Amino acid sequence: MNRRLLRQALPFISLAVVLIATFIVQPRTMSYFGLNLMLQYAVPIALATIAQMFIITVNDLDLSIGPFVGLVSCIGATLLLDNPALGIGALAVLIAAYGAVGALVHLRNLPSIVVTLGLSFVWLGIAVLILPSPGGKAPVWLKAIMSVQIPVVPFPIVAAVVIGVVVHLALMMSSYGVIARGAGGNPKALTRAGWSMLRTKIIMYMLAGFFGVLSGLSLLGLTTAGDAHVADRYTLYSIAGVILGGGEFIGGRVSPMGAVVGALTLALAGSFLIFLKISPDWQIGAQGAILIIVLALRALVTYGEQKR
Amino acid sequence: MNQSFAYLKKQPWVWSFAAALAVWLITIAYTEGQGATAILTAALSFATFTIIVGLGQMMVITTGPGNVDLSIPATITLSGVVAMKVMDEQTAMIIPGIVAALGAATLVGIFNYGLIRLLRIPPIIATLSSSFLILSTAISYGRGIRIKPPLPLSDFATARIFGVPLSAILVLVISIGLAVVLKRTVYGRSVLAVGQNMRAAWLAGMNVDRTRFATYVLSAFFSGICGIVLSGFSGGAALNMGEEFLLASIATVVIGGTSVAGGRANVPGIWGAALFMYLLVTMLNTFGASAGVRLILTGLMIIGVIVAAGGEEQR
Repeated sequence: MNRRLLRQALPFISLAVVLIATFIVQPRTMSYFGLNLMLQYAVPIALATIAQMFIITVNDLDLSIGPFVGLVSCIGATLLLDNPALGIGALAVLIAAYGAVGALVHLRNLPSIVVTLGLSFVWLGIAVLILPSPGGKAPVWLKAIMSVQIPVVPFPIVAAVVIGVVVHLALMMSSYGVIARGAGGNPKALTRAGWSMLRTKIIMYMLAGFFGVLSGLSLLGLTTAGDAHVADRYTLYSIAGVILGGGEFIGGRVSPMGAVVGALTLALAGSFLIFLKISPDWQIGAQGAILIIVLALRALVTYGEQKR
Repeated sequence: MNQSFAYLKKQPWVWSFAAALAVWLITIAYTEGQGATAILTAALSFATFTIIVGLGQMMVITTGPGNVDLSIPATITLSGVVAMKVMDEQTAMIIPGIVAALGAATLVGIFNYGLIRLLRIPPIIATLSSSFLILSTAISYGRGIRIKPPLPLSDFATARIFGVPLSAILVLVISIGLAVVLKRTVYGRSVLAVGQNMRAAWLAGMNVDRTRFATYVLSAFFSGICGIVLSGFSGGAALNMGEEFLLASIATVVIGGTSVAGGRANVPGIWGAALFMYLLVTMLNTFGASAGVRLILTGLMIIGVIVAAGGEEQR
């Protein structure tokens, strides 16, 4: 068996195992409706994971994506509802702010972990100022998009595949995608070849901001009300999703399809544990255990890869 | 004078102390000198908890890029819960309680490094997933605990000598000890060497594994101490007692001038940074800022300090 292939297939195998296990424990989920219900929250998580992946591609880490998604949901439930033009303007400013952070991190050569850590306070602060307690209302069109009924295949699955394929084409197939990943692989070589690291970082950060906005809006379409704290766990989910999907922290080694699959696995694991009727005390713990098992399998596979 | 000033300016920890001093001065200027010492005393007692976990996080971060301990909050909670449960409000059980709590914390450290080394999981993900397991253990072990700490423990946690919190003195002793360890012992020098270049350290014959293992255990151990003293200080353990220390521990390390790329640690900086962060919140409270404004300014200050201190020079 080709180990490299096995390594790439591992995220998909993990997803299949969790999915099959869920079907066995609760056969009723094996339906259009069941899958729809189980996976709907996977869409915002997948989008946030893609956002995180863009940052990880250039060897940085975004600890602010969770609060950012929360902020977007607050803006969506207030400004975007009352004054669409202003709302879209505010979201555009947020994406520009992400680009500015990318520029700052690069120009001053700052550790992204700390800058985004500080940023997470800023996003949360703005969100709390906009909506001190959960409230507001999702725009009707947003709710409509998130409750679309597609024949045969549930909407979350279609959405996940579309997200994965689009980002895969952009990052893995295009020539600029190679530059972007090269920025993570060998920044010095890239600079010597005449490419601007500054521009690459700004673009990747803005892409992360853009997908963060999409994540916040899709989440708002599901929850129908804004909440500053709604996505606090997304920071950890998104990092775990990228790694589960076969990404590495350094070297520009990422996989968009893998990231989406990783996010789906995480979302599904939550439902699976509920069906297993594990005591609520151990819900989080079991999620940690699943993460460890998948990564242990990967370690086993890559260990063999290096030995050969 | 000029020379010593130039020397000071080069020390990475100066900035955090300068920032802390500036914030304190602005606060007492606003209150017209009222409560100047009370603010400092309060800052010292609250900052000690951040300092002790900050020291552990500093050691972990110093062992090189990618090394970070995200299980600190969960370990604090576990140790607090274990301590309270074993002590069960009895003075006689204080020592067994401390031993049990620190033992649990040490096991967490061993487990963390086991994941990192044996399963080759990146430290961020390893400590993250283990923190889920630890938190579940704490929740299920401490089911609805409302156990008060034994009196001597809470007395110790809140005691003051000439206005200086006793816990701050304890942490000062630990800090000095750690500074000596970093400068003078084989383990300390190994941590720095491994952080600068793991391969070079390995080729030079150092035991990289043992060094990293000891560092993760040390960080968990410090979280354990924090959990015990904190539950003494705040009248019992709570399941969310560790929450705020994840961001705080990382922020103090970086603001304090420890290199995020590893290989350079800075003990005094942790003190300056922890005091700065607490005094900053105090200042904003004094100004009557709303929760949102407080969060935004805290965030901007963290970014401001790191921008002012500058990043790493290109290597």
